[in-house]
Amino acid sequence: MQHSVSIEYARCRGCTTCMKNCPTQAIRVRRGKATILTERCVDCGECIRCCPHKAIKARSDPFSCLEEFQYTVALPDPALYGQFQHLDEVGRVLDGLLELGFHAVYETAKGAELLSDYARKHPGDAAEKKLPVISSACPAALRLIRIRFPQLLEHITSTITPMELAAILARKKAVEETGLLPEQIGVFAIVPCSAQVTAAHSPDDLQQPVLDGAFSIRDLYLRLLSPMQKLDAPHTPSSAGKAGVRWAFCGGEASARGSSERFLAVDGMDSVIRILAAIEDDRVPDVDFVELCACTQGCVGGCLTVEDPFVATMRLRHLIRSLPDVACSYDDQVGDPAIVQADKELEFAPVYLLDPDRTVAMEKMSAIHDLERQLPGLLCGSCGAPSCHAFAEDVVMGRAQREDCIFQVRARMRAMTGPEDSDEYLPAPFRSKLGKVVPSDR
Amino acid sequence: MEAVKLVYPVEGGDLIEAGEASSKMKLTLKKLGLPPDVIRRASICMYEGEINMVIHADGGQAEVDVGMDEIVIRMIDQGPGIPDIDRAMQEGYSTAGDMARDLGFGAGMGLPNMKRYSDEMDIETEVGKGTTVTIKIKI
Repeated sequence: MQHSVSIEYARCRGCTTCMKNCPTQAIRVRRGKATILTERCVDCGECIRCCPHKAIKARSDPFSCLEEFQYTVALPDPALYGQFQHLDEVGRVLDGLLELGFHAVYETAKGAELLSDYARKHPGDAAEKKLPVISSACPAALRLIRIRFPQLLEHITSTITPMELAAILARKKAVEETGLLPEQIGVFAIVPCSAQVTAAHSPDDLQQPVLDGAFSIRDLYLRLLSPMQKLDAPHTPSSAGKAGVRWAFCGGEASARGSSERFLAVDGMDSVIRILAAIEDDRVPDVDFVELCACTQGCVGGCLTVEDPFVATMRLRHLIRSLPDVACSYDDQVGDPAIVQADKELEFAPVYLLDPDRTVAMEKMSAIHDLERQLPGLLCGSCGAPSCHAFAEDVVMGRAQREDCIFQVRARMRAMTGPEDSDEYLPAPFRSKLGKVVPSDR
Repeated sequence: MEAVKLVYPVEGGDLIEAGEASSKMKLTLKKLGLPPDVIRRASICMYEGEINMVIHADGGQAEVDVGMDEIVIRMIDQGPGIPDIDRAMQEGYSTAGDMARDLGFGAGMGLPNMKRYSDEMDIETEVGKGTTVTIKIKI
């Protein structure tokens, strides 16, 4: 799988900030540069946010991709609408996208609204799942569950994401309108985060990707500004109501779904991990539905957005006042219930497993504990691992060498040179031998 | 094959941090590839035990032995001890204080839950000295 999150080595100083902040312990520093253990990365973007050298980027597709297609459709995420000051109509953003050269637009918010409508009208789908039902909408959260909370896979809704539904419907519509072949049509999402870029290319829930690529809100933002300002009254009507646009911020999906008040809307990776651990142990009773957003405030907090997530949320609240509560109905506009169903089973990816053979795994665990006891527990990061435990595990798993710990090296040097020599390296006040202390009155 | 030994100190008086030992243990058990149901049961028992130690005994220590056939969890504290084990085992019976109850604990389900999710449970307790709850979960 090709991850969106990637490191620009020329800028990376190996400072260990990303390594220490990674929620899945997916980063190590090797040869002075951060490297990603790809099977552990969930593309949440935490490292992108915290890197002090701006060395971690989320790769999205270049605009030149558009040239490969005869007809192109843009799928703007509703988070895009929250990026602009003084925006009073969604149509203005849609016009701007057409002005940039896309042949058509299809709102991801419409896909979201159709999914919400489907969930409301087919409560039986959710009834087959274990309670609480967990949303599949955030690809970073989904991937986190796949690597760390396998027991919760049975809780996840089996419907595809708003972006995927919008892509399927947009392509269908374009084929009908143009008479072109499906592969002559390029369907591109405009996404708020790295996880959506990865999901556009390698979906967890579909056998084949339904998108041709993904552009970041950040890349598109400046290009959109000037055409949007030049336009007079917007021509393109918006097709989604409040219910769909609200998916851009945390809590929107749950409210659009028409869930009872018994739902959790959780944002931020740390909170998501904490709540998943609690659900796994039955410590969250009386909850029917759980909405998970890896980013603060939801998709508006994505690492590829421009505006502050709190400001964007406020703007969206203002923008949706003029929209109808619900603008589209699943039965009228889609009908076939098979379209929203995921066609790939979510599989557990045991990336933290020490060994498939439990005897071997236990031997390795004992070796890890033995080594960890000899380590200083400082979490200094000098070895290139986020903690002494992670380092011990890396050594036992063959991903690091004992000598990568500077304390291990120092201990060995001391043992080789004899105990008294350590005084040589210390300033006078800290020397242990009287003879070597420099009198202070001289 | 020797059991993997895990030791977790449990800080007293800190209900917010309670659950740390059980979540750490859970990660370790996942790395060993134990069946999910076993991990879940061990984690629930450990969590309840942790809460008990924090509320009643000002903390203690959790020792876990992971063997090939079973997990043994010992929750050891030097707290006030349990004067009447039969009553303590009753669902809904609790001697937790107001602070714990305000936080949603003290529902009197701690020991009963540990009993329900474990295969064997044994309580050694002496009033004024402390309590050791030993739990076994078959793999």
